[in-house]
Amino acid sequence: MARAVSTNRKITVTVIAWSIGFLIFFPILWTILTSFKTEAEAIASPPSFLFFEWTTENYGIVMERSNYFLHFMNSVVISVGSTLIGLLIAVPAAWSMAFVPGKNTKNVLMWMLSTKMLPPVGVLIPIYLIFKNVGLLDTRTGLVIVLTLINLPIIIWMLYTYFKEIPVDILEAARMDGANLRNEIIYILTPMAVPGIASTMLLNIILAWNEAFWTLNLTAANAAPLTAFIASYSSPEGLFYAKLSAASTMAIAPILIMGWFSQKQLVRGLTFGAVK
Amino acid sequence: MGRITLDKVAKRFGEVEVIPPLDLTIEDGEFVVFVGPSGCGKSTLLRLIAGLEDVSGGEIRIDGQNATEMPPAKRGLAMVFQSYALYPHMTVRKNIAFPLKMAGMPEEEQKRRIDNAAKILNLTDYIDRRPGQLSGGQRQRVAIGRAIVREPAAFLFDEPLSNLDAALRVGMRLEITELHSRLKTTMIYVTHDQVEAMTMADKIVVLRAGHIEQVGSPLELYRTPRNVFVAGFIGSPKMNLIEGGEAGKHGCKTIGIRPEHISVSPTEGMWKGRVGVSEHLGSDTFFYVHETGLREDMTVRVSGEVEMKSGDTVYLTPDMDKLHRFDDAGLRLS
Repeated sequence: MARAVSTNRKITVTVIAWSIGFLIFFPILWTILTSFKTEAEAIASPPSFLFFEWTTENYGIVMERSNYFLHFMNSVVISVGSTLIGLLIAVPAAWSMAFVPGKNTKNVLMWMLSTKMLPPVGVLIPIYLIFKNVGLLDTRTGLVIVLTLINLPIIIWMLYTYFKEIPVDILEAARMDGANLRNEIIYILTPMAVPGIASTMLLNIILAWNEAFWTLNLTAANAAPLTAFIASYSSPEGLFYAKLSAASTMAIAPILIMGWFSQKQLVRGLTFGAVK
Repeated sequence: MGRITLDKVAKRFGEVEVIPPLDLTIEDGEFVVFVGPSGCGKSTLLRLIAGLEDVSGGEIRIDGQNATEMPPAKRGLAMVFQSYALYPHMTVRKNIAFPLKMAGMPEEEQKRRIDNAAKILNLTDYIDRRPGQLSGGQRQRVAIGRAIVREPAAFLFDEPLSNLDAALRVGMRLEITELHSRLKTTMIYVTHDQVEAMTMADKIVVLRAGHIEQVGSPLELYRTPRNVFVAGFIGSPKMNLIEGGEAGKHGCKTIGIRPEHISVSPTEGMWKGRVGVSEHLGSDTFFYVHETGLREDMTVRVSGEVEMKSGDTVYLTPDMDKLHRFDDAGLRLS
C-alpha cells in the first residue's frame, strides 16, 4: 500500500529537494555568471549576483587567445575513441565472465577494480617515460590508449553487472531455437544489453571528457583537450577568474548538453543493479 | 520422427554423480513424463537430451543418429522452459518467428506457420505485443508456439506449468495433451507433480537420485508399482504403507493399500480406528484415521459426501485383491 503523503510534507520535501539541487548546481551557475563579468567585477567583494554589467568580452579574449576547436576536437576524439575501444575490449570480456564464469572470475574482477585504487600519480613517471620513448607524448593516440586503460575496469564492471541480469534461460532458449554463438550475440544478447551498453558508453564519455590528471600531464599543445584548455587560464598572478570561467563554461557546455539529452540512460547507468 | 535412445548416459558435476549410467528409449510420438522429487535429476536428464549440458558418459541417439556431441541447435528439438524464456525485446510474432529465422526459412512459409500456431494457441489477438504485456498463461502459450512452429523431432518441457496458478495449470495441462494428440510428436515432460504425470503421460519415468525407479504407463505404475518408492510417489492421496505385524501376516516386510481401496464402516471391519481430520471435496471425502492398532495412521478415500465427525469410531477393511506386498529390499512381491 502506498503511504499517504500530506500536502505539507510534499511541500517541505519539494523545497528541500530544490534547495539541495540548487546547492549542487550553484558552482556551475556561478562559473557561468562569472564568465559574463569583467575581471574587476569577478573579484568584487561583496560579489554581485545578477546585477552587474553583462559582457561577453571574456569569450572574445578566450577565442582569440586559444584555439578552442582544436581542444574541443581533441576532447571528442579522446573521450569517444577511448570509450569505443574500451567497449570493444570490454563487451567480450564481460560477456565471458558473466556467462562462462571460471574459478577465478571473481578474482579477476577484483584485481581489475584494485587497479583503480592505486593513485594515478604513483605511475606517472614510468608512463611518462614510456610515452616519451615511444613518441606518444602529446598525441591523441597516446591519450586514447591511457584513458582506455584507465577506464577499462569500470566499463567491464558495469557491463558485467548488466550481462549478469540477462537470464541464462533466454540464451539457452536461443540455443535450442537454432542460434549459433554469432546469432545468439547479434539477435538476443546485444539487443538485451543495448541499454546497458549505451549507459556505460555515456558515462565513460563523460568520465573521459572530464579526466584531467593524465590529459594535463601527457599533453602540451597538439593533443591537449578542453581540460588543458581550462587549466591554461589559471595563472599564479593577475586577474583571470572571468576568463577562466568563460573557458570552463565553453569546456563543460558540450558535455552538459549531451548529458541533458541522455538523462534517462544516464540515470539507469548510475543506479545500475539497484532496480531490476 | 522423434525416437530418442539413451545408452548408459551419465552425468557428473565434479565429484558428484547426479545421474549414474542409465538406459532409456523414448518411442516416436510418445508422451513421456519424467517425474520425481526435487533434486532427483529429472531436469538434468532433460537438459542432457537437449544438449544444454554435456554428458559425462554414454550416448544419446535421436532417430538412430548419434547426437551426443551435437550442439543443441542441431538436435532438432524444441524446449519450453519453466520461466518461459521469451525474448523480451521481441513481439510475440518475432518470438515465434525466431527459430524459423534461424533455420533460414522463406518469409511466406514463416508467416503461414506463425499464423497457424497463433490460431492453434489463441495467440492472434496479442501477436504484436511484447512478452512484458502478457499474463503468465499467455506467455506460456507463446513459449509453446515458439516450440511448435519448428515442427521439431521432439518437444522438451521443463516444468512448464509450475509458475501458473492452479486453475490455469489444469487448463494448460489439457491444452498440452490436446496438442500432443493433434501433432503426434514425441514429447518429454518434466514435472514433480504426479497428477500432471498421471493425466498427461503415455509413459511415466519415475526417477530418484538419478536412478530410474520404474518405467510404465500411468495405470501400470498405479496398479503394479515395482517398489515402495513408486508405490508411495504415484497416487494421490498417497498409498498407505504398513510395516510390522500386520505386514508379517501377509508374509512380507511392507504392505500397501491405496486410500480408495479401503472400505469404511461404522460397525464392523478389519481395523478399528478413530477419525481425525476429514477433508470434504464434494466428489470425495478423505479421512485420516488414527489409533488403528497399526504402526501408521491411515488415509481413506470415500466416494461422495460422507458425514463422519472427528473422534468417531470407524472400521476399515482393505480390498485384499488390491493389496500390494513388498519385500525387505522394498521390491514388489507378486
